[in-house]
Amino acid sequence: MVTFQMENIHKSFENHGLSRKVITGIDLEVQAGEFVAIVGRSGCGKSTLLRLVAGLEQIDEGQLKFHHGDEKNNGIRVMFQDSRLLPWRKVWQNVALGLKKDGKSKAEQVLEEVGLTPWKEDWPLVLSGGQRQRVALARALVHEPGLLLLDEPLGALDALTRIEMQQLIERIWQQRHFTALLVTHDVAEAIALADRIILIDEGKIKLDVAVNLSRPRKRGSSAFAELEAKILNELLGLEEETRSPQHLQPVAGIS
Amino acid sequence: MKRVLPWIIPVLILLFWQWGASWGWISARTLPAPLDVLKAFVRLVKSGELMDHMQVSFERASIGFAIGGGIGFLLGLVNGMFPVASRLLDSTVQMIRNIPHLALIPLVILWFGVGEEAKIFLVALGVMFPIYINTYHGIRQVDGSYIEMAKVYGLNTWELFWHVILPGALPSIFVGLRFALGFMWLTLIVAETIAANAGIGYMAMNAREFMQTDVVVLGILLYALLGKGADVIAHLLEKSLLKWHPNFQKGGA
Repeated sequence: MVTFQMENIHKSFENHGLSRKVITGIDLEVQAGEFVAIVGRSGCGKSTLLRLVAGLEQIDEGQLKFHHGDEKNNGIRVMFQDSRLLPWRKVWQNVALGLKKDGKSKAEQVLEEVGLTPWKEDWPLVLSGGQRQRVALARALVHEPGLLLLDEPLGALDALTRIEMQQLIERIWQQRHFTALLVTHDVAEAIALADRIILIDEGKIKLDVAVNLSRPRKRGSSAFAELEAKILNELLGLEEETRSPQHLQPVAGIS
Repeated sequence: MKRVLPWIIPVLILLFWQWGASWGWISARTLPAPLDVLKAFVRLVKSGELMDHMQVSFERASIGFAIGGGIGFLLGLVNGMFPVASRLLDSTVQMIRNIPHLALIPLVILWFGVGEEAKIFLVALGVMFPIYINTYHGIRQVDGSYIEMAKVYGLNTWELFWHVILPGALPSIFVGLRFALGFMWLTLIVAETIAANAGIGYMAMNAREFMQTDVVVLGILLYALLGKGADVIAHLLEKSLLKWHPNFQKGGA
C-alpha cells in the first residue's frame, strides 16, 4: 500500500500574466489503507491537491513524500469525473489498457467484480453514465493500485446511481485494502465513505475530522446528520451561535 | 418500396434518353443512345482495348495515391506529434498547398514530358494535401484528457500513439482519405486528357477525333464508376475501422 506525506505544499497557476494562488501551505499525512475525503467549495483547490498527488501538476513549494510498501500494490491510479474511457476500445479493452500480459482475463475478472460482465464486449458509448464510471473503476482496480485517487468520480451521476456506486466503492475498498483519496463536493458522500474528512478553504486545511461511525453507514442516523451539519456549517461559514436544528434541516437537505 | 424509390428518376432519365435517341430527337453526334454506349463497351472489352486502358489508369492512380498519400500521412503524423516539426514545416506546406496543382501541368510536361512520371507526380501532389491536413488536424484535436489518462495509466509513447492518438485521429484521417480519392480521379482525368498515349482519358480523347461519341461517353461513365468504387471501398474500410463511432452504430448513417 502507498501512503504519502505533504509538507507545506504551495501551488499557484499563471493565467494571462496573473498568478493565482490555489494551494497555500497544506500539511497532510495519509496512512496506509486509510480512506480520506477532501471536501470544499468549487475552486477551493481540492482537485488541484489531488492532481499534485497524481503527479499531473508540479508542486511549486514544499514536499510530497510517498512511502511505497511491498512490491505489490504500489501503483497510483486516478479515477476521473469524466470516465475518460476510450470510445474506440470495447469495455474490456478499456479495462485492459496498459496491462502487459493476461489483459483480457484480468479485465474480465475485475468487470465481474463491478458487475459489468454482460457489457464487456460493448462500446463505451452505449453505456449509461453509471456504467461508464464502473468501467473506469474497474480500469483503475485492474492495476491493483496501492493508492487510488478519486476526483469527483460520482459528480455527474444521478442521486440513486451515486449511492449504489458509493456502496460499490466501499465494498471494494474493504475487500482490496488500498489507500484512497476522494475529492468530492458532496458532504454526505464523504461521510458515507471516508475514515477522515478534510475540509479545504482558500487553499488551506480548515477542518480535519475523523468519522467514527460503523460501516456500512446509515444516512438517516442522527450521528450521520450531526456530522453532516457540522461540516456543512463549516463550509458555509456559519457561526456556532446562529445554528439551530430548525435551520439545519433544509441546509442539510441540499446536499 | 424504400429501396426502389431512389432509382425511379435515374431509370426514367435513362429510358427517355434511349427513346429520344432512337426517335431521332437527340442526334448521335450530341449524345449517343445508352444502348450504343453499351455496345461500345462490349466491343472494347472484346478487343481487350478497354482493359488495357483501365489498367494503365488504375496503375497511375494507385501509384500516385500511394506516394502522395504516404508523404501526406507521414508529414501529418510528424507535425501533429511534434510541435517543433509543425513550427518548422506547416507554414511551408500550407503555402505550397495554395498553388492549384493542376496549374503546374505545363511545367510538369516540361519536366517529365508526357510519360508516366508526369501523371503520377500530379496525382501524388493532388492527394497529398487533403491527407496531410486531415491527419494533422485529426491528431491535434485528440482530447487532451485521454492523453492525460493514458499517462496516469502508464502507457509509453508508442502505446500512447497506437492506442490513443491514432484511433482518435482516424475519423478525421478518413475524411482526408475520401477527399484525396476525389482529387485523385480529378487529377488523373485532367492529366490523361491533356497529355497521354494510354489510359481512359486518352481513349476518350482519341475517340473524339473520330467522332465516336459512344466511346467518349463510355470513358466518362468509367471514370464515374471508378470514382464511386474507390469511395465505396473507403466507406467499407471506415465502417470496419470506426465501428465504435456513433455514426456507424446501428441505426446511424
